[in-house]
Amino acid sequence: MSERISLTIDGHTIEARSGQTILEAAQEAGVYIPRLCWMKGLSSFGSCRLCTVRVNGRSQSACTQPAVPGMIVENDTEELRELRRSLIDMLFVEGNHFCMFCEKSGDCELQALAYRLGITAPQYPFLFPQRELDASHPDIFVDRNRCILCGRCVRASQELDGKHVFGFVGRGPEKRLAVNAESGLGGTDAAAEDEAVAACPTGSLLAKRVGYAVPVGQRRFDHQPIGSEIERAQSDE
Amino acid sequence: MSTTREEVVSTVCQAYGKDRGRLLDIARDVQEKLGCVDGKSVNHIAEELSIPRVEVASLVSFYSFLYSEPQGQVRIHLCNDVPDMMKGTARIVAELEEELGIQVGETTPDGNFSLDFASCIGLSDQAPAALVNDLMVPRLGPGTARRGVQILKERGELKELNRLLIRNHGDGNNAHDLVRSACSNNLRQAGEVIFADMDRGDALEKALAMSPVEVIREIKTSRLRGRGGAGFPTGMKWEFTRAAEGDRRYLICNADEGEPGTFKDRVILTERPDLLFEGMTVGGYAIGAEKGLVYLRAEYAYLREFLEHVLDERRELGLLGESVGGKEGFNFDIRIQMGAGAYICGEETALISSCEGLRGDPKNRPPFPAQQGYLGKPTSVNNVETLCCVARILERGSGWFASIGTAGSTGTKLLSISGDCMRPGVYEVPFGIRLRQVLEMCDAEEPMAAQVGGPSGKMVGEADFDRTICFDDLATGGALMVFGRDRDVLEITSQFLQFFIHESCGYCTPCRVGNVLLQERLDKIRAGYGEPSDLDYLQRLGESIKMASRCGLGQTSPNPVLSTLENFRSAYEERLSAPAGGEHSSFDLQSALSTSRALTGRKSVHFEE
Repeated sequence: MSERISLTIDGHTIEARSGQTILEAAQEAGVYIPRLCWMKGLSSFGSCRLCTVRVNGRSQSACTQPAVPGMIVENDTEELRELRRSLIDMLFVEGNHFCMFCEKSGDCELQALAYRLGITAPQYPFLFPQRELDASHPDIFVDRNRCILCGRCVRASQELDGKHVFGFVGRGPEKRLAVNAESGLGGTDAAAEDEAVAACPTGSLLAKRVGYAVPVGQRRFDHQPIGSEIERAQSDE
Repeated sequence: MSTTREEVVSTVCQAYGKDRGRLLDIARDVQEKLGCVDGKSVNHIAEELSIPRVEVASLVSFYSFLYSEPQGQVRIHLCNDVPDMMKGTARIVAELEEELGIQVGETTPDGNFSLDFASCIGLSDQAPAALVNDLMVPRLGPGTARRGVQILKERGELKELNRLLIRNHGDGNNAHDLVRSACSNNLRQAGEVIFADMDRGDALEKALAMSPVEVIREIKTSRLRGRGGAGFPTGMKWEFTRAAEGDRRYLICNADEGEPGTFKDRVILTERPDLLFEGMTVGGYAIGAEKGLVYLRAEYAYLREFLEHVLDERRELGLLGESVGGKEGFNFDIRIQMGAGAYICGEETALISSCEGLRGDPKNRPPFPAQQGYLGKPTSVNNVETLCCVARILERGSGWFASIGTAGSTGTKLLSISGDCMRPGVYEVPFGIRLRQVLEMCDAEEPMAAQVGGPSGKMVGEADFDRTICFDDLATGGALMVFGRDRDVLEITSQFLQFFIHESCGYCTPCRVGNVLLQERLDKIRAGYGEPSDLDYLQRLGESIKMASRCGLGQTSPNPVLSTLENFRSAYEERLSAPAGGEHSSFDLQSALSTSRALTGRKSVHFEE
């Protein structure tokens, strides 16, 4: 039995196990902290900053900060909702996202978070970057226009698939998703059923020839906002 | 040809024991021999080290001084930091572009020259300056850059750069046989802590007479705080590192001063390397480390041979190696780790990543370096100047040290002063000195503003000139740029933002995207299209970046905007205009239509003449 820790999130006391991050503890307690780069089963990355919370007044990413007894965490405050809208907007304008044509629409975590946070149009100007496509693999398509550099494919490939298909090149605004072959994804050992492909929160990595299979109305986020499965799990108990 | 490349890569990898942790050194050495690290070399390195090629490609693409394509034999990097731009870098660019027949970012067709910009190279006091391969070329006057290129073209001996370009060597050790640099120290005021004379081994002898815990106590008593800018108490950092669990510990000296306008470490490394190495050795003893690393910025490669020589001398004297200073059981040695052009590597966890042969991405904290740092072991990362203070504290006592400066900021601080003043250079001043006194010391010419702490610090005006330089008031890593009355605050702010955009590692959203957005809006205002609401937009965006960014770079990157909005608001306001009739002045219908008009060859229905 690991040690129990109690902390408060938005005034509610929750319990955590020693070694858990704030995000994990909150999740188990049925409190949803918005996130994109974090994924259950993968190591924490801390890049999207969506899960930024205030811990005893200081801003921290909930996915990397361990739960400590007595911590006072603010999560669902107007200040943090505004910060998260700002971050989501940045991710939209940084890439080229066309939800109306995208086969990930309705199943996209970026889009779903925008809806949850009440975003109808970005507050920032679009940057219209030039990004490369990669269709060299027979079964997987890479569209960097939709990539938010969350590193989920990079980690899933290493940690779940036991491969090293993805990585990053460049820095700053020029940082891009890269693959482990000069010739493109087709030159790697990636496979359509890899966890890395499924890990993509947006439509940046797609299995070919299976798009638009789920009708509108039955897609993952058509009826409930993202995060409600976590909140529901708690209210069911 | 390809076998040659393979052989070169193989030899280099073997020289580093095929250690993946030395990937940065391997890439640097491969480039030195082959001119660049192209795709095929990346493949060979990956094979030799048995690692995924994408990891090698990732590293090579990260650092400014690693190239994936062939560069000229002579690589001219013009420094484009603000003090250099103020002293006429644009004119040098025009001169060189004309002489070489290429634009910035290009290489001449004969493969002899390439021309590019570099972020601050550490010569803001001798601006405008350039880095030509590893050679520092300060004080470029009208025509000197052109003449330099002409000489190289005529002689055709491109390898003889030093002999051809450098006529006079600078003062002090700049003229040392192993340095032979044209840089001057510009040491305008030497204080008692850093630039007083020293005797090799003095401080170390005193330290070794104490127990490591006593040494840490002595540093704590001196109330020494880190000189890089953050001001963390050094003794406490060492205490944490010593107490952390680990079979090995490391002490790393951060000699990656990259904050534009900072160059104090250049002078320390040139004139007081022994004081630094002595401080490192004391630190190694205190925390229980056997290995120290100096992370030396690539721009200071010209000092490497000299520093290696000083290390050798210390080894011969028994001040490094086994049983240091005759102390049984205390083994300590120092290795120089070269950087490759990335400001972010001055951030301590990014610096550790870089030492480990990775991209210079900062790491998540916790764990802190004191718990799990270099190679996962407890590590203390300390600034060059901090470690020099350590040696002096041991030599002269913590009481003496604490008697200098203020209660919260003991000792002296090195200031790197540049910009609109008659006497730019390095000043060693006691903490607590007023900014106005500093501006008088350097003969500032009617200063309108001072940038305290470089771009990541803040810009202050007349109203703040009576504030003091110390951790509790105007905190600074040492950069101080002076701006005269005729300077354009918004242009300077835009250049600072450009620097952060260029140097962001791109890991987290707010820093990677937010700064680009800040600059877009700032440039809109500069172009005369600003509206009153834009100031609130800049403020809120800046605060979001500060609050959400993952490391110190992102958290301070909006400071140029935020501090000028606070202290020089009128510079913004005078360029704003209220939207007329509800229309945004930034949208120009005619120019928006011009491309399609040109393509179709006919006027649009909106065309007005």
